[in-house]
Amino acid sequence: MRLGVRQCAAGALLVAALVLYSPTLGAQGDNDSFSTALSALRDASFLDKEAIVGRLAESGHPSTRAVLSALVEDRLYVRTADSQVFIVKSTDEALAAWELVDPVSLSDRGSAPRDELTKIGTNNRLRRLLKTTLARFELASPDPSVRLAAVREVLRSLDDATVAVLRERVGTEPDSRVKDEIETGLGLAALDGSDSAARLAAIAVLARRTRLEVRNRLAAMLERSADGVYAESDPQIRAAAAAAVRSIDRRRTVYSALEVVFFGLSVGSVLVLVGTGLAITFGVMGVINMAHGELMMLGAYTVYVAQTLMPGHIALSVFLAIPAAFLVAGTAGVILERSVIRFLYGRPLETLLATFGVSLILQQTVRSVFSANNRSVETPSWMSGTLQLGDALSITLNRFYIILFTLIVFAILLVILKRTRLGLDIRAVAQNRGMAQAMGVRTERVDALTFGLGSGIAGLAGVALSQFTNVGPNLGQSYIIDSFMVVVFGGVGSLWGTLVGGLSMGVVNQILEPYVGAVLAKISVLVALIVFIQRWPRGLFPQTGRAAESH
Amino acid sequence: MPFGRPLLPAMRQDRGGAVLLAGLVALSVLVPLLNLAVPPGSPWHLSTYWLTLLGKYLCFGMLALALDLIWGYAGILSLGHAAFFSLGGYAMGMYLMRQIGTRGVYGDPVLPDFMVFLNWHSLPWFWTGFNHFWFALPMMALAPGGLAFVFGWFAFRSRVTGVYLSIITQALSYALMLAFFRNDMGFGGNNGFTDFKDILGWDLHADRTRVALFVVTAVALAVSYLVCRAVVDSRAGRVLRAIRDAESRVRFLGYRVESYKLWVFVGSSVIAGLAGALYVPQVGIINPSEFAPINSIEAVIWVAVGGRGTLIGAVAGAVLVNYAKTYFTGALPEVWLYALGALFIGVTLFLPRGFMGLVPGTARLIPADGPRGAGRPIRSELGVSAEGKAK
Repeated sequence: MRLGVRQCAAGALLVAALVLYSPTLGAQGDNDSFSTALSALRDASFLDKEAIVGRLAESGHPSTRAVLSALVEDRLYVRTADSQVFIVKSTDEALAAWELVDPVSLSDRGSAPRDELTKIGTNNRLRRLLKTTLARFELASPDPSVRLAAVREVLRSLDDATVAVLRERVGTEPDSRVKDEIETGLGLAALDGSDSAARLAAIAVLARRTRLEVRNRLAAMLERSADGVYAESDPQIRAAAAAAVRSIDRRRTVYSALEVVFFGLSVGSVLVLVGTGLAITFGVMGVINMAHGELMMLGAYTVYVAQTLMPGHIALSVFLAIPAAFLVAGTAGVILERSVIRFLYGRPLETLLATFGVSLILQQTVRSVFSANNRSVETPSWMSGTLQLGDALSITLNRFYIILFTLIVFAILLVILKRTRLGLDIRAVAQNRGMAQAMGVRTERVDALTFGLGSGIAGLAGVALSQFTNVGPNLGQSYIIDSFMVVVFGGVGSLWGTLVGGLSMGVVNQILEPYVGAVLAKISVLVALIVFIQRWPRGLFPQTGRAAESH
Repeated sequence: MPFGRPLLPAMRQDRGGAVLLAGLVALSVLVPLLNLAVPPGSPWHLSTYWLTLLGKYLCFGMLALALDLIWGYAGILSLGHAAFFSLGGYAMGMYLMRQIGTRGVYGDPVLPDFMVFLNWHSLPWFWTGFNHFWFALPMMALAPGGLAFVFGWFAFRSRVTGVYLSIITQALSYALMLAFFRNDMGFGGNNGFTDFKDILGWDLHADRTRVALFVVTAVALAVSYLVCRAVVDSRAGRVLRAIRDAESRVRFLGYRVESYKLWVFVGSSVIAGLAGALYVPQVGIINPSEFAPINSIEAVIWVAVGGRGTLIGAVAGAVLVNYAKTYFTGALPEVWLYALGALFIGVTLFLPRGFMGLVPGTARLIPADGPRGAGRPIRSELGVSAEGKAK
């Protein structure tokens, strides 16, 4: 069975509108008078039909909306056999039989062959009346989103009658978005009129909008044809429109700048997230861990495994995967530290090579266990979608959550380092290993735990990455250089440097991207960093004091 | 560069080098004989497949040699040497592309196929001259050497050392890889250059040309070895070793550490570039994946496996590891990365001097692992600690 998508959508909207609207469910008596009016529609003249439509509209019956919209869409039919009136779900010519809906109860009533149905006809006048009636109906809905949809629907085909309805509504509309929408629509409609005072007023209203279609409509008025004739003949209106376009452009520039900053912050917070773990292992312990990317990869695969284990609970599995990924990557980190890295302290280049070997082994392990193909990880529904702020600023939710997640992880890390015993030990060992040991700190244990902490954070970064990139064996490799860059840029050993460095790298990247393209933007950031490191080899937040001289 | 001793007496003490040179001479005689003179049916016949592989190993040997010169003797661990290798390769590739002439798919006498495909109408300026071998040949050294000079000039002057240098060389290589992947760079995008026809008028698919290329590679490797040996045995070589072991001290003694490092870095990149230039006509393709950071790191492991600071160890390591790679990727592809990973870990943990460390009598040549005994250089002062912050 094939239903036209538009009809379906319209139907769904309708039902939604009804469910939300219906003030009181009609009593039995209402049903009777409603169906009497309906059957009167059968043989009525167009003039009579107008009267009947008026009666139906005033009946307050919950099905009125559905019946009227079926009438305007030519979906109200009479069954020839018993002269019963039905709403037809879809008037698809390709179907042999059409599905019927009872107009009073809105319940399915089977189907009937096409040739056994007769359409209840309408003319232009009647359709206009129906549209206005329907518009009033929906504009009265208590749900702002229904009203907004109604306004948009009405604006698609404006005429004098609907303009009057909208004018009437704009004074009483409480919701600012709906009101804006109506004013914009009315303004755009007024531009086409001939009354120049009304047009100036409309331009004044439209100048406060940000939407692209408004801007383009106003800009179109300023265009000149090849023979020098302006699309708009009145110079006063032209000047007003030009000013309006300028002000809209100014506002759009601000909004797009905000959007770039937001995008940059979200890209940057990914960098911060992948860099933070490294800030611990590289920055605090001085260990070049080339397997850091693969620890992130383990975190991402933990999400995949969690989702495979509990299908149908996507959101829950992602939440459970967060501590699980921390544990998996953290444990891997502790094992790595105990088995390889502790023998190589003080030999950074050797550490680099050995951990690179570890990264190869981890990659191949993942390939052997999960196959070399990318695995798909689902995103919880509440994380996808956008948040519309104003006309021109839309914020994608997953980017928003990634910023939030980064800040939370960063805050927790700060608390651990500043407020816990482990953090105290870590800082003590980092500052003066010998003294810490003399004071009874078990330095070997602290080393392992520090490395585990950094690795665990890599796992958390993996959870975040799994939500917007492919989860595959190469996941880690593509981020390892970036994360080292962030740490070196921010200043080795400085967590705040990592935060500031990562965020600013993201923003700079996003600012460059529209001008030079994604790849060149990345290259220029890398080159800029190389130059930066040459000039300030110790990064944004260099270490000072005795620590700075030790290397 | 002033050599401390004449070349020949030095060779007499360099038994490993003598073995290497003798081996290369033997290869340049035997390989042509076995490939060209022995009929294909004979068990002694060396197939063209193996001929190409051996040539590839020798190119990698040159790359490892270049890397050992700076890592083993000057303490500069470059994780971007694949970039120099590839730049040399691209320079050779550009020459070979121009030699295709009208034999390309589109038959354009000047433009390579990919440019016709991209609707370009003339050669970009940097392709000028690459139809002449006399121009392309110096470019194979100048392109990587020039990049190394600019990069090294900045890096060494601002005293970027150790791990920092390793990471930014890696970033450099990575950035170049991304750049060469772009179509509008004018280097064939991700397909790179391939479908070469001939070099200096000889058909690249003929066995004779391939044998000749192999012999040229063997000679290039031998010459590179002699040059490297001369450098490390010279007075400059002793300064380099001193820099490797105690950079600040050498600077305090009045040596211009930056200049020494810069010139050895440039020299090394030129050898790497020439290795790449010899590699391309033998394997028949060059594309941006040659710039991949993993390639640079693999080259480092060849040196580590063979034994850094021995020169011959680097060459031997390159050949051995690559032979193992050929074997494993053919027979047990699953196992190769495990094996390579284990090699990385095993060599660094248990064989810090590589396999050359196992050969008696060579230990003397091999450096210790740099300054040690200062305890673990654990970086102090977390960013979060309140004390010790300047601002």
